[in-house]
Amino acid sequence: MAAITHDAHNHHDSHGHDHHEEGFVSKYIFSYDHKMISKQYLITAVVMGLVAMLLSILFRIQLAWPGESSDFLSFFLGETWAPNGILKENMYLGLVTIHGTIMVFFLLTGGLSGTFSNLLIPLQIGARDMASGFMNMLSYWMFFVSSVIMLASLFIETGPAMSGWTVYPPLSALPQAVEGSGLGMTLWLISMVLFVASSLLGGINYMVTVINLRTKGMKMSRLPLSVWAFFITAVLGLLSFPVLVSAVLLLIMDKALGTSFYLSDIIVNGEMLENHGGSPILYQHLFWFLGHPEVYIVLLPSLGISSEVIATNSRKPIFGYKAMIGSIMAIGFLSFIVWAHHMFVTGMNPFLGSVFVFTTLLIAIPSAVKVFNYLTTLWKGSIIFTPAMTFSIGMVSSFITGGVTGIILADSALDINVHDTYFVVAHFHVVMGLSAVFGMFAGVYHWFPKMFGKMMNTRLGYVHFWITIVGAYGVFLPMHFVGLAGAPRRYYDYSVYNEFDQGAFNLIFDLNKVITVFAIIAALGQLVFLFNFFYSIFRGPKAPQNPWRANSLEWTTPVEHMHGNWPGELPEVHRWSYDYSKPGADEDFIPQTVPLKEGEEEH
Amino acid sequence: MAGHAAHNLNQTTDWGGKTSPFKISYGKIMMWFFLLSDALTFGAFLVALGFARYAAQDAWPIGEETFNALPFLGSGFPLAYVAFMTFLLILSSVTMVLAVEAGHRMDKKGVIKWMIATIIGGFFFVGSQAWEWSHFIHGTHFGRVELEDGSLANVVAGPNGKLKFGEIKSFEVIEAGHHYRSGQVLTSKDLDLDHEWQHAVVGGHIHGNEIHLHDGSVARINKEKDENVRLLVKKTGGKYKIGDAIDGEEAVNMYYGAFNNGTPTKVVYGANMTENEYGPKTYANLFFFITGFHGFHVSIGVLINIIIFINVLMGTYERRGHYEMVEKSGLYWHFVDLVWVFVFTFFYLI
Repeated sequence: MAAITHDAHNHHDSHGHDHHEEGFVSKYIFSYDHKMISKQYLITAVVMGLVAMLLSILFRIQLAWPGESSDFLSFFLGETWAPNGILKENMYLGLVTIHGTIMVFFLLTGGLSGTFSNLLIPLQIGARDMASGFMNMLSYWMFFVSSVIMLASLFIETGPAMSGWTVYPPLSALPQAVEGSGLGMTLWLISMVLFVASSLLGGINYMVTVINLRTKGMKMSRLPLSVWAFFITAVLGLLSFPVLVSAVLLLIMDKALGTSFYLSDIIVNGEMLENHGGSPILYQHLFWFLGHPEVYIVLLPSLGISSEVIATNSRKPIFGYKAMIGSIMAIGFLSFIVWAHHMFVTGMNPFLGSVFVFTTLLIAIPSAVKVFNYLTTLWKGSIIFTPAMTFSIGMVSSFITGGVTGIILADSALDINVHDTYFVVAHFHVVMGLSAVFGMFAGVYHWFPKMFGKMMNTRLGYVHFWITIVGAYGVFLPMHFVGLAGAPRRYYDYSVYNEFDQGAFNLIFDLNKVITVFAIIAALGQLVFLFNFFYSIFRGPKAPQNPWRANSLEWTTPVEHMHGNWPGELPEVHRWSYDYSKPGADEDFIPQTVPLKEGEEEH
Repeated sequence: MAGHAAHNLNQTTDWGGKTSPFKISYGKIMMWFFLLSDALTFGAFLVALGFARYAAQDAWPIGEETFNALPFLGSGFPLAYVAFMTFLLILSSVTMVLAVEAGHRMDKKGVIKWMIATIIGGFFFVGSQAWEWSHFIHGTHFGRVELEDGSLANVVAGPNGKLKFGEIKSFEVIEAGHHYRSGQVLTSKDLDLDHEWQHAVVGGHIHGNEIHLHDGSVARINKEKDENVRLLVKKTGGKYKIGDAIDGEEAVNMYYGAFNNGTPTKVVYGANMTENEYGPKTYANLFFFITGFHGFHVSIGVLINIIIFINVLMGTYERRGHYEMVEKSGLYWHFVDLVWVFVFTFFYLI
């Protein structure tokens, strides 16, 4: 970041221009500037994502070559967790748990919303900064502390949380059942409470900024779809995360104070526990009331980013702008009434199950609307394949692929057969993981010039894209078949299948090797991105003001960052942000600040 | 930095940008959003309460029976104290409104007056909650008793009037221990008789009319007769069903018969995390957690009100030209009161 050499100016409309240098601390560390905070989020999330990816490689090695000694494992895990290079069972669970937690919350929630809501909301609505810079700063630093706590839990003697990223009790509440449910789980819970506080502070800020601080002429119906997506994402977070806090607080009580909210009549190691009267199903209800909206908290920003990137690089207006907004809202609403589809096998009433089947299937409608709108936007466009565009199209691809298996899982009658198998793992990695990560990469490639004032290398971008998409599909397509062969998730070793189904055993084992090889390839592909990212920050060519010839407001700001975003007055908006290739216009794009010509109709 | 341009612009619509469509400042919207979020936190706890109550196979305690005591006056006043607490909290909401209203008029003295009243109301509420917790933890004179078939029964008032626990007058030492001489008559001046009694009941140190004190001495119990004892079965052990009532001499005999042969832990007094006399374990867990979480919110509210109050005294808002901070803390205060209305309804009334 040191490469951004510019004078920080504070601009206040009313006071003219007073020049003063900001100190290092207030500029780079406890910055109130949304652009700096967005970069802080991005870099923290990238580091967290790398750790989570490394963890996945570690446990993939165990799955592909169970019981075989590996120098790689012993290098990273040492004698404690991988004696003689063979992964310990408990650490396998720990790796799976922390991989999931970091990916879902720290990379795809914090990294995606934190980075792009912060960067784009003020810039695209024409505001000087977030409504409260202080709260925004606080939000990042709570995220940072929560990240540090989560990482620290990997290094303690009893290991990290080991009950899966959903931390279902009773396993997560009982240290006598698995050692990770001791201190590791406590750290997990503290980290999550801080994370939720951070996302609450951030989310409130995003919403209020969108509502109150739009520049003149920026009607809600002129907002770029990215801002709409960030806005609805913040609403979802505001309503669902507090319920996670409730669930987590009750779990903390069960762990620390001997209450029985989630525990009842449990025998561990021949010892009958005193707890009576609680219900682990209660935790599942509370958790998934967050958990399902969380899927869309992860996904919507990625959909919003892709809308921008696809429209810009197809040189066409986004198809069905209002339908896109409507489907974002519909997805947001529906996400709150589908949570029990995660619980079809908990013994719930089949009638109740069928209600949730219905509401879940309804989500296919707005999702399909979005997909078709992307495809029709691309249709007959003058497509420019920037790296951001390739990733956006990759996002549409994975959204379709994962969505199709989603329909299978939404039906309780079908779901029961593959529940908690690798089929589910494959489904949500494709539809949520890949789609969100592709959207995030699209965002990084597209707005890198805005963030760092430099351009990323396009060729390395393509290399990164192709390795990533081939690697990702190489991992997750076969994984569906591992699931169909009957492999449950979170198992350390599938050798026992050899005893009763030779065919399934061979399938699972062969595919697991294929998957691990692809996972390693995809992981190595990310090094290309990392190199490109950091190299370009320092050595990349200087970015022009509007490299993608886009319409939205962020490209009217100067390349050099300044606190307050625009020198002089805020821009006034006269049109939506999708006037690409408008008949009768001089150029194939018309920025939002250009007034309507005489006789020109708005979209 | 927040983009407040000095000049006003004409707007065609409220949502056209450059203005707050709700005509309120960002801070106040933020407070509203926070409260919305917090409402879902409490919502989740109340859902957990409903879930636990629905799932409990034992009889869920009735508010009027559990919370029927007043400070200094003993039991027999169903829900009187919590009603008083609720009234107090709502009253403090009224004084908060008056503080906000005084703020609108820029009446510093008025704000000070009503803020003081609100803060006092808050302290009273938190104090009352502490008393109620203490009472809940210590429990009743009788506690809950386990009958011979394993049924659990609470002692309530019989059909002929108020329930009375016969006062323990004294212990007459008949066998010396480390502390007490034989023949010594121990009264409430020497030791807490009730406490010693409960301790012995739980520990199984009562045999017939004799009590083994903690120093090893044995004493004869001099206790008045209990009146209007009724055993109400709360959890079935086989012979008795939930809701069965046993009255009169039979009830007294069954109650004392449960432990006066030296059987320990037949009686549970009060509540802790693992057991309580009122009902299922999750009942006390939820009581502590939900009222505790709410009490925590009230305490934070009192703290915020004090900070705002100090700012009012120092004239910060007078100089700022508006008392919006009072209004924002008022929003929080009303929210906390509203949450209490729900807690009160779901925990005490239903």
